[in-house]
Amino acid sequence: MISRRDFVQLAAATAALVPAGWSRAFAQQRLTQNELLDFPSLGNVTLVHVADIHGQLLPLLFREPSINIGVGEAKGLVPHVTGRALLDLYKIPPGSTAAYALTSEDFSALAKSYGRIGGLDRIATVLKSIRSERGDRVAFLDGGDTWQNSYTSLQSKGQDMVDCMALLKPDAMTGHWEFTLGTERVKELVGKLGFPFLAQNIRDTEWNEPAFKPMTMIERGGVKIAVIGQAFPYTPIANPRWMMPDWSFGIREEDLAASVEKARRDGAGLVVLLSHNGFDVDRKLATRVRGIDVILTAHTHDALPDVVKVGKTLLVASGSHGKFVSRLDLDVRDGEVKAFRFKLIPVFADAIAPDAEMAAKIKAVRAPHEAMLKETVGRTDTLLYRRGNFNGTLDDLICEAIVAERDAEIALSPGFRWGNSLLPGQEITREDIYNATAITYPATYRVTMSGARLKEVLEDVADNLFNPDPYYQQGGDMVRVGGVSYTIDIANPMGNRISDLTLRATGKPLEAGRDYTVAGWASVAEGAEGPPIWDVVMNHIGKQGVVAPRESSHVRVVGG
Amino acid sequence: MTMFNRRQALVVGAGAAAMAAFGASTGTAFAANDSEEQIKKFTGGKTAAQGRIKLDLPEIAENGNTVPMTVTVESPMTEQSYVASVLILADGNPRAGVATFHFSPASGVAEANTRIRLASTQNIVAVAKMNDGSFFTASKQVKVTIGGCGG
Repeated sequence: MISRRDFVQLAAATAALVPAGWSRAFAQQRLTQNELLDFPSLGNVTLVHVADIHGQLLPLLFREPSINIGVGEAKGLVPHVTGRALLDLYKIPPGSTAAYALTSEDFSALAKSYGRIGGLDRIATVLKSIRSERGDRVAFLDGGDTWQNSYTSLQSKGQDMVDCMALLKPDAMTGHWEFTLGTERVKELVGKLGFPFLAQNIRDTEWNEPAFKPMTMIERGGVKIAVIGQAFPYTPIANPRWMMPDWSFGIREEDLAASVEKARRDGAGLVVLLSHNGFDVDRKLATRVRGIDVILTAHTHDALPDVVKVGKTLLVASGSHGKFVSRLDLDVRDGEVKAFRFKLIPVFADAIAPDAEMAAKIKAVRAPHEAMLKETVGRTDTLLYRRGNFNGTLDDLICEAIVAERDAEIALSPGFRWGNSLLPGQEITREDIYNATAITYPATYRVTMSGARLKEVLEDVADNLFNPDPYYQQGGDMVRVGGVSYTIDIANPMGNRISDLTLRATGKPLEAGRDYTVAGWASVAEGAEGPPIWDVVMNHIGKQGVVAPRESSHVRVVGG
Repeated sequence: MTMFNRRQALVVGAGAAAMAAFGASTGTAFAANDSEEQIKKFTGGKTAAQGRIKLDLPEIAENGNTVPMTVTVESPMTEQSYVASVLILADGNPRAGVATFHFSPASGVAEANTRIRLASTQNIVAVAKMNDGSFFTASKQVKVTIGGCGG
């Protein structure tokens, strides 16, 4: 891994004690760009992969989940290994740079030492370095969720991301949140990309014909590489279908198998699936569709320091928010991968020099909004984070804001996996709130819902997360709740996981037949009404001045 | 998994059985309709063997009101050996019957597609009657979600 033992031990010992500035300089001194990029090259092809950047142009803090439960055949397997268990599994020393990048362990303390990660200008540096070393052997692939979920990407309808990514010259991409820009905008952007937007699994609903190019063939290092795209199969279910009414998605295993066969017939020596299925779906798919050499996974935001091998297929998980760049060197001969070497490169912003051209571009696209985005709306005295299967302090804060600002008994907040983390004592800027809420369907609705209906909603989402068959999962986290507590038994079948629903204000069990005032955001139904969620959250924080959400215990987990 | 979960599981495990503000399942329908009777009627009480039938349906429906379905039965479709008919049932709809497709050797292949309406998450069951009087069956669960939180 990236850290040397001596550095690691010293860093761990000093992380909590040394003032942030001093320690940061220390990290910068010792963790060099050369060390991060060091890679004994191998073979004739290099695949470089990023995914799930979620509109983030700048470096940020992002705490990985402490709870990420696997079910069915995925139980106990990566990526469902978190925290200390993950460190043990990959023999990563606690307190090291890798521990900081890959887990939630000691996050607040280590963040002060090691700083922010990511930034498209740093990614550009990494990519240029690999390209200068490997020349025409390099293929650069973007796994999607690139064009949305920041202020500037929302405001520019994805244009900022398209323009910045263009400088990186991707060979192909696929998508998910991209589709929430709506059919027309997606067509417009895809038409001018200059590289293919691939999705073998999207058909038009009228004639059942392919809506996107399924596959592209590129030659690198003398090897014909077939890249097949797989968009998020459940986009019109997890996101508003009315925004993409003419497109039908799905996993479409048989169509994929046909594409793989065609690729081989056309002389592909290497078949790569650029996938937005989510890791568990791809792991199952690898056992059922033969002939895929590499699956570049995305969607579930997993960052794995090594490839996972399923039969002959190599699965790569490159994390999210621009925190990592995956490099996979392959020795491809006679239509087979003879050897490979992999590195998940953490993009430590203090160690990797920003690329000047990209930095200038980012500055330009942000310039009109920079001052507004940097405005402070309040401060947090506790760590704010989102990732985790059931709740996070940031979503607890959002739910609290919804209950207060919309005068509701119960709040619902979607189980999105994107948004940056904030350290105790940190100022909360407008940009931080947009980073957790920027979507094209932001209305904070207010409705009445019976207790029975609320249970149905929770059961429905729980099955999307914990159905033992990954093909029935949608890959988000559990819907966040405010105002109620409940128990979830993960091992139970659909419809029987949620119990003990209690209204926290009264401590009384929720009544199936009574109506409750429920407010939430990101409704997939057309015509949801209410103020945008970012206004709701900013207003609430503005009134509080200082917030300090504690780790809550209103979700009790059984059977994990 | 993590220690956090184990500990939680231990604490909660004992008390979990006690509370039940709600009844059992609301999400999944458990063959509350006449699908079993319809199968018995179709097969004349004979047991249908698993296999030969491929049901092409989405795992999760994009729109429960119109779910695309293709059913294919492996058969040479000759005078000697062909698929006579295929019964399609939805075990969670108010009425189980979806369609019965009839074939003959002249059909060439035993394949049919249509769009079906599903009230909730349930199993789609296909039963094929062969010309020799034998039966085959297959089923697939289709989830109809309220929708919402991927990402």
